[in-house]
Amino acid sequence: MTAVADQSVAAEVPAATGRPARKRRPTTVAGRWEWLWGLAFIAPTGLGLLVFYIWPVFQTLYYSFTEWGAFGGHVWVGTENYVKLLGDPEVLKALKNTLVYSGLVLLGVPVSLVLAALINTPGLRGAAVYRVLYFLPVVTMPAAVGMVWRWLYNGDLGLVNHVLSLIGISGQHWVADPRFALYATAVVGVWMTVGYNMVIFAAGLNGIPRDYYEAAELDGAGRIRQFFSITLPMLSPTAFFITVLTSIGALQVFDVIYLMLGTNSSALRNPAIDENKTIVFLFYERAFIDNDKGYAAAIAFVLLLVILVLTVIQFRAQKRWVHYA
Amino acid sequence: MNNRWWKVALAATVVLGASACGGAASSDGPVTITYAVWDKEQVPAMEKIAAEFEKAHSNVDVKVQLTSNKEYWTKLQTAVTGGSAPDVFWMNGPRFQLYASQGVLLPLDEQIDAAKVDTGAFPEALVDLYTYQGKKYGLPKDFDTIGLWYNKTLFDAAGVGYPDANWTWDDLREAARKLTDPAKGQYGIAAAADSQANYYNTIFQAGGSVISADGKKSGFDDPATVEGLRFWVDLINKDKVSPTIQQMSDTEPAQMFSSGKVAMYYGGSWEAVGFAKNADLTGKVDVAPLPKGKKEAVVIHGLSNVAYAKSKHPEEAARFAVFAGSPEAQRIQAETGAVISAYQGTQDAWLKATPQYRLQAFLDQVPDSVPLPHSKNTAAWTKKAEELLLKAWSGEQDVTEVAKTLAEAVNTELGNEK
Repeated sequence: MTAVADQSVAAEVPAATGRPARKRRPTTVAGRWEWLWGLAFIAPTGLGLLVFYIWPVFQTLYYSFTEWGAFGGHVWVGTENYVKLLGDPEVLKALKNTLVYSGLVLLGVPVSLVLAALINTPGLRGAAVYRVLYFLPVVTMPAAVGMVWRWLYNGDLGLVNHVLSLIGISGQHWVADPRFALYATAVVGVWMTVGYNMVIFAAGLNGIPRDYYEAAELDGAGRIRQFFSITLPMLSPTAFFITVLTSIGALQVFDVIYLMLGTNSSALRNPAIDENKTIVFLFYERAFIDNDKGYAAAIAFVLLLVILVLTVIQFRAQKRWVHYA
Repeated sequence: MNNRWWKVALAATVVLGASACGGAASSDGPVTITYAVWDKEQVPAMEKIAAEFEKAHSNVDVKVQLTSNKEYWTKLQTAVTGGSAPDVFWMNGPRFQLYASQGVLLPLDEQIDAAKVDTGAFPEALVDLYTYQGKKYGLPKDFDTIGLWYNKTLFDAAGVGYPDANWTWDDLREAARKLTDPAKGQYGIAAAADSQANYYNTIFQAGGSVISADGKKSGFDDPATVEGLRFWVDLINKDKVSPTIQQMSDTEPAQMFSSGKVAMYYGGSWEAVGFAKNADLTGKVDVAPLPKGKKEAVVIHGLSNVAYAKSKHPEEAARFAVFAGSPEAQRIQAETGAVISAYQGTQDAWLKATPQYRLQAFLDQVPDSVPLPHSKNTAAWTKKAEELLLKAWSGEQDVTEVAKTLAEAVNTELGNEK
């Protein structure tokens, strides 16, 4: 599934930064050699992409029209999986959960912009330390993140509820209560992506020429006005890039859901999971727990479709708000 | 110049790569057999058995592979689908028929005869459990029953007498009430929605059934079955002597019991070693037979060692699978105290391994035991039970209502079994 969505970005994101002029096939002997060598150099990556990404996409499409036996072997069933899928309330619920989760995680994008602006404050002491602290969750194994947060959210022994009790709020079973579980995982989703987005934003901020600010200051613009008239428009390509990547990542969420809302190690089912499954989690359950791989492939394709549509909408909408300097 | 240099480098890489592959392919070394297990506590015993096997078969190297209980079946089924399952692995009753019927397992009859293992020395029910269409696919490895583990320190503090063989459901409920102290976050019992350790036992004690004897119909809507389910639901929602399912999802029942937050815990015979190793529990816990309902009953189950039909070394795999069921291997296993070995006469060694607990309670219940419910595709309907029963356990829906929905769902799944 990751394969599927990554392709759609990889193919389209460069376009956002301006399409390079297409080079025509070389005609001279030297030019042709150079061209061949170029091909040879991209061959390892290209082959890898073909074998591990592009081929599985078509394979998945094919499997979505099949039904699987318990241990492999499949028969063609036509559109049966898709027909079943359209009437499956579980799929609908999972789609809704996925969209809610993604919406919440996208709220982290402005947060990371603010953080980037703060960290870029000239003369800030220990900026590198802050940067490392915010970036740490990005480079930490999701498995470890999930385990630690599951403990932090523990209703009886967790740190979150302990802190809440200090200010007189009685806590909840954040990851075992169907009412809160999705929001609790979205907080972790934001926490895990904010550092990465912050670094990209910070790079974008550094790319804005200082002259603009100096000119604006001469014209009498205050810091707030400068932010909205210079920083924001100049950062819009970065913001667009981040929004597209973050939403695709969030739509494919699996790890934090599996780790925080999955069954615990004594194999007891979490009472919160059935109301809060996301699409990829549902895909995992159908493919690997129920071993209904054909149906799971169909679910994966529906997600691909959703991501594709949302990404196309984002690319359409960018024309209204993204400024390329 | 540059071009030529690169061509040489490229050619060299290709040649080196090819020769490296050639080197790996020609292996004359010993045969390696992988042995997949899911219980961490049993790994030392399994390694000892592997070492014993290697002594007699010097060319074979047995590698014990541990996968957590939670991921074992997912991983195994995926590995079988991909054609790369472990050579020998643990099998349980609920999953056996699916694997045997699909030709995943190697029939072991020949090897059992060759090794002269007396199958009469195992409980007959367990031998039958792993026989499919007249062929034996695994020798029983062990068996287990469930017992009532209790924390003596908490019982003493509350002035409650220890559980004994005469206890009934009412005694348990009464004791749990006295042992619950909300101020301390202490509960009488952990009433998790666990099938084998909890509600199957009470279902049978109430005279109910899970699936019919012919495996065609669900018994979940039988009023007696509902009573067996309600027992647990009431402990949480009516008597409030158990943590809620949310609490038990956050903190596992076994962990609550180990940390003295829960005074009683229905746990299998396999728990003894873990409790004995836990320094916090030294001198604090013991075990009794399960309290009886309308009658006495306990779930009995046992694993077996099976061999993978597509193993690269079927001969050695089958030999090892049979060896693990031999009297020597069964004795080694029993002596570690991890599980009750299935082979006749090896149970004493298990009792002696952890003498601080009255483990005889597990063996005493065997005459009243009922096999763990299973059918051709058990996982398909137990999954429904797992999902739906949570609604009863949370108090969201009445048990009778949930049981009715569940019975219908299970009947559908059983109908899908051919």
